[in-house]
Amino acid sequence: MGPVKQRIANEDYVTINVGPSHPAMHGTLRAIAYVSGETVLGADLEIGYLHRGVEKLGENLSYHQFIPITDRLNYCSAIANNVAYEMAVEKLMGIEVPERAQLIRIIMTELSRIADHIVLIGILGVDLGAFTPFFYLFIQREEIYEIFEWYNGARLTNTFGRIGGVEAPLPDDFEERWSELKKGLDKAIDETDKLLTHNRIWMDRTIGVTPISVQDALSWGFTGPCLRACGLKRDLRKDEPYSLYPQFDFEIPTGKHGDVFDRYMIRMIEMRESMKIIDQAFAMYKELGSDAPLMAKVPKIIKPPEGEVYHAIESPNGELGFYIKSDGTDKPYRIKIRPPCYMIFQAFDELIQGEMISDLIACLSSLNIIAGELDR
Amino acid sequence: MNEWTIAIIKVVFIWSWTLLIATVMTWVERRGSALIQDRLGPNIAGPFGLFQPLADGIKLFTKEEFAPKHAHKILFTLGPVLFALQAFSAYAVIPFGDKIVINAKEIVLQVADVNIGFLFVLAVGSLAVYGFVVGGWGSNNKYSLLGGLRATAQLLSYEVPLGLAMLAVCMTYSSFSLREISLDQTGTFLGFLPNWGIFKQPLGFLVFIVAAYAEANRVPFDLPEAESELVAGYHTEYGGMRLGLYLFGEYVNLYTLSALMVTIYFGAWHIPYIDMSAYLSPFAYGIASFFVFFIKCAFFLWLFVWVRWTIPRFRFDQLMGLGWKSLIPLGLLNLFVTAFFIQISL
Repeated sequence: MGPVKQRIANEDYVTINVGPSHPAMHGTLRAIAYVSGETVLGADLEIGYLHRGVEKLGENLSYHQFIPITDRLNYCSAIANNVAYEMAVEKLMGIEVPERAQLIRIIMTELSRIADHIVLIGILGVDLGAFTPFFYLFIQREEIYEIFEWYNGARLTNTFGRIGGVEAPLPDDFEERWSELKKGLDKAIDETDKLLTHNRIWMDRTIGVTPISVQDALSWGFTGPCLRACGLKRDLRKDEPYSLYPQFDFEIPTGKHGDVFDRYMIRMIEMRESMKIIDQAFAMYKELGSDAPLMAKVPKIIKPPEGEVYHAIESPNGELGFYIKSDGTDKPYRIKIRPPCYMIFQAFDELIQGEMISDLIACLSSLNIIAGELDR
Repeated sequence: MNEWTIAIIKVVFIWSWTLLIATVMTWVERRGSALIQDRLGPNIAGPFGLFQPLADGIKLFTKEEFAPKHAHKILFTLGPVLFALQAFSAYAVIPFGDKIVINAKEIVLQVADVNIGFLFVLAVGSLAVYGFVVGGWGSNNKYSLLGGLRATAQLLSYEVPLGLAMLAVCMTYSSFSLREISLDQTGTFLGFLPNWGIFKQPLGFLVFIVAAYAEANRVPFDLPEAESELVAGYHTEYGGMRLGLYLFGEYVNLYTLSALMVTIYFGAWHIPYIDMSAYLSPFAYGIASFFVFFIKCAFFLWLFVWVRWTIPRFRFDQLMGLGWKSLIPLGLLNLFVTAFFIQISL
């Protein structure tokens, strides 16, 4: 008998199984919810349905071979994972990545951040019964994937970049494509805003649903949009700056109550902020000219010196960290991944106590739990 | 033709007509949602994908009639039948046109002009609850049971405002017969407004349309089958034509509710300011009244689709709150206001 069951041992409840195969589940998550009528008393969480031993795989692959594996962590924004891993290895080896490559990385990471937020907002809408915004946004996500595909041929699992830089410059007509995409994105975000944000039913369904205080959020280890929704201005891009982020001008949105509505709003605003970053980064990219290098000097076989490193970036979901321990050979001794949603998912039971079944689904969607990242 | 033949022809006609509407509505729903969502929708089967419902029908009919091992065999089969039965019978008392003259014989375009038409619609409509709860219970599945429970609470709660709104209409037209109410809605009142129910009962119409959406289990009131929470609610375990009966029944219900709205609030077959019967031959008038009535229904059918793909879903407590705390007081207020006006005009 788990702690949740012990807590509710004296109550009348029905066990409802939500997942791992359930229309509201994003990936193979499983929540065993104990409900009394429509009220949720608690939920046991079962994870591991998508466990593929990613960390163990890393120990048997060379440093470059591990990049495609990182695609399969948060598959909604594979590029952010690739970049986080590459930066960790570069930090371990002390490689300085050329500015041009860093700009391409920033542009691509921010694009994948937008794509990730689109998935969350679209699915949150679907889970609350609003189907249409999903399509408006996903058409734009398709366009973002077109850009990815046209950069290196892959759409979902991008395997973007190399250790020490990136493989190719941005294609020639990026500017054209981006300005077109920007128009479409602006329109789609506006339309979603009109359909959802001030919709009475939407507000009733999201405002004050599963709130969490900053203190609790920090104790659970929340990071990213879910933490900012509680009101703490914490963003690794500003607080522990990496890459060229200090040079950009962008806002960090914060919420107040940490409820579903705030988590949704943070993402809506962040999409626009990411667009601002891409604009600035592309302007800098153009200034550099086409002769600037894309790769740092990196040996053919990567053999980092003995030692360990932890590097984290602000992924769309929160702090995505890679801990790498090297024993001086061409394979890492140990790779440990700190995914943001593993910490966030722990708080799920506490968040949904006393809420209704519909709120359970809304809460789960708004936390953006990605099974690939959670189970690894 | 004797009375019996006419009656049978009318029954068969309206039965196949509602079935046709329900079938076409599945196409309208899919193409309509595609239109709203920047998609194409079904466009392969036939012109504009019009044969898609036919293909769906064939699929549903030829599928295996599968029942889960743990289901209650009798109740499992009974659920969809009950639901479809009430859906098809509710239309009997609602007119679908004025009257048509064939071979100097006047035929009223209504299956049965009962003098308690309202009560019949409400009574038969309530039977839908049995379709949900029996199906949900018989499936022996927790999602289905929860869906059935939600449906029961929802339909029972929203029948009250629906009844209150209808009652105010009865008072306005001092009749329970839907045909008499339709006939009353000619001409104008206050000099310029068409003599329609909507102008006499604006608040009543508001209450009625919200309650009607809840009765039809449509977004924002589709909690019994909320797919993101209860998989598919009361019809989770259903497949084949059993599922088909639920789906068809829902569209037939939509048609019935649209026809009811047109009959009592939108002047049935009347066009404002124009008396069609003065210009057309009795036969043509019959046909015209049928089409005018249908076009009005079509608008409300489209409204159902439009709303469904625009707004999110309520939560259960909000749904109950809206029903009991807003709609029922509004319905009662409407009743009092109506009574007051009837009193002072006497």
